[in-house]
Amino acid sequence: MKAQASEPHGVAVRIAACGKTFGDGTRALEPVSLDIARGETMVLLGPSGCGKTTLLRMVAGLERPDAAGRIFFNDADVTDVPIEQRKVGMVFQSYALFPNMNVAENIAYGLKFRGGSAQERKARVAELVALTGIEGLEHRRIDQLSGGQRQRVALARAVAVRPSVLLLDEPLTALDAALRERLRSDLNRLLRTLGITTIYVTHDQAEAMALGDRIVVMRKGAVAQVGAPRDIYFTPANRFVAEFVGAANILEGVSGAGALTLRGGRLAIEKTSVKGPSLAMVRPESIAIVAAENASLTGEVTSVSFTGDRQRLTISGAAERPIMVDIPNTLMVKAGDRVGLSVDPSAIRLLPKGEA
Amino acid sequence: MRDRLIFAGQLLFTLLVAAFLIVPAALSMLAGVTTNYFRGISSGFTLQWIVQVWDLYADTIGRSFLIAGATLVVTLLIGIPAAYGLHVRGGRLARAIEEIITLPLAIPGLAIALALLLTYNGFSDFRRSWLFILAGHVVFTLPFMVRSVMAIFSAIDVKTLDESASSLGASPLRRFLDVIVPNARPGILAGSLMVVTLSLGEFNLTWMLHTPLTKTLPVGLADSYASMRLEVASAYTLVFFCMIIPLLIAMQMFATWGEASGVRK
Repeated sequence: MKAQASEPHGVAVRIAACGKTFGDGTRALEPVSLDIARGETMVLLGPSGCGKTTLLRMVAGLERPDAAGRIFFNDADVTDVPIEQRKVGMVFQSYALFPNMNVAENIAYGLKFRGGSAQERKARVAELVALTGIEGLEHRRIDQLSGGQRQRVALARAVAVRPSVLLLDEPLTALDAALRERLRSDLNRLLRTLGITTIYVTHDQAEAMALGDRIVVMRKGAVAQVGAPRDIYFTPANRFVAEFVGAANILEGVSGAGALTLRGGRLAIEKTSVKGPSLAMVRPESIAIVAAENASLTGEVTSVSFTGDRQRLTISGAAERPIMVDIPNTLMVKAGDRVGLSVDPSAIRLLPKGEA
Repeated sequence: MRDRLIFAGQLLFTLLVAAFLIVPAALSMLAGVTTNYFRGISSGFTLQWIVQVWDLYADTIGRSFLIAGATLVVTLLIGIPAAYGLHVRGGRLARAIEEIITLPLAIPGLAIALALLLTYNGFSDFRRSWLFILAGHVVFTLPFMVRSVMAIFSAIDVKTLDESASSLGASPLRRFLDVIVPNARPGILAGSLMVVTLSLGEFNLTWMLHTPLTKTLPVGLADSYASMRLEVASAYTLVFFCMIIPLLIAMQMFATWGEASGVRK
């Protein structure tokens, strides 16, 4: 694959108050407004049924938003434009390759509708074949391809038509874990190379972190948080985001006087106006194990699971619920040990209360 | 030992069932070439009955094939788009329409024929032509085409294929011709096989709808059973077999070839 990053391509996408209510009255999506910059990769992340695919299909033109919603490509209102005239490129979860055509014919299919001579089309197909690394497969039938190869063909086909926005609906979900990781980095490189506006739907938070310039975390048909991967990870807006993105310890305690008081002691926190019962989030890797004697928060190790690159401890007695702690793989700790916990105050994030 | 006994038992049973079904057909065909069936095979073999059948009923054979072919064309033209529309649209209305299309299977052919007669008796040119029988056959065979095409549509997730073609810029007509029809080919072939077979053998409806000038093969067969020597009717059966079996084999081979050379995920 070519590696140079290119100029931003495609259009800016503006989603304005797009909600979706199905015929039987169920609300699939609360009205959502989002601005996606030209060339940006926006990831829609959430559990199944959160409305992320519905939102993607609205941008594609496969679903119509409720009456008040509008979709803009740059400044053009495309809400009433049918999908075949929107110039989008779409990769489906099942890839939806045409079984009656071979690989080259699949990639060339959309080019027929964008003008250009047969020669130009052939050249474009060759270009895409090279870009996605599927040389030699041009004349294969679809049922002779592996899952990873299908994914690349689907991507090549969607990109071939030089779409104004690229829409990817869980493109890696159908693959097994090892392959998924490899294709994820290939996909990342490809998206950077193309520099095209991209909307990417996934339920996998690692994928979202790796690929997204920004992430929209969705839940039950509404947006829970929009932000860069780091923002989402380090300063989640609420408990749902904290728990859905990465591993999180949710601590219930009482805050006041620069500290959060828990069952097993106290943790120093940054200055806050919040007083009384509060909810805080700490990532497992932000907690360090110290000697129990001079620690302000202590607990007992109930399990140690060694995963090679690190080990994860479960500590009980420190807070209402067991706390997960990630420690270096060389540290010798065993179940039953009494340990002290230390956390940098900046790594403790207070969350709004009253949300599941 | 016990396994072998069970196997032998099953084989015997299968052979008996096969014989039960095949022997009458074989006897009937044999009768068609026997000089005098009541005296048995000892009376000798002859082709005279077959010649007689050909002289009397050649036109019914041609007409049957004409009607079967025309029925196939009409059910293809109506059935595939209908199946596509019903599948993509989905919902309660689509299910209701599907049920209505299937209704002619549950209603006796005579009732359908009666309804057609009541409605179109006034259009005497139409009533007198073979097109009237064609209309009946289409009503009767359409559900088979629609159903088998719809079955393949659900098997290959045609909706997503359609969506992906549309995202690439294909108009609805192009999508239908480039993606939907080629990928539905096994279902279309299976449906075609069924439609042609049903149309060729259809009797109930046709018997009500035919005029003396628009007899089809099965109607002619009934006619010969009712009014001719048993040998003539049997010779007719023989002719019928000779016509339809190569046709069915050819279509089946065509369908298998279509499946092997194309499609499937």
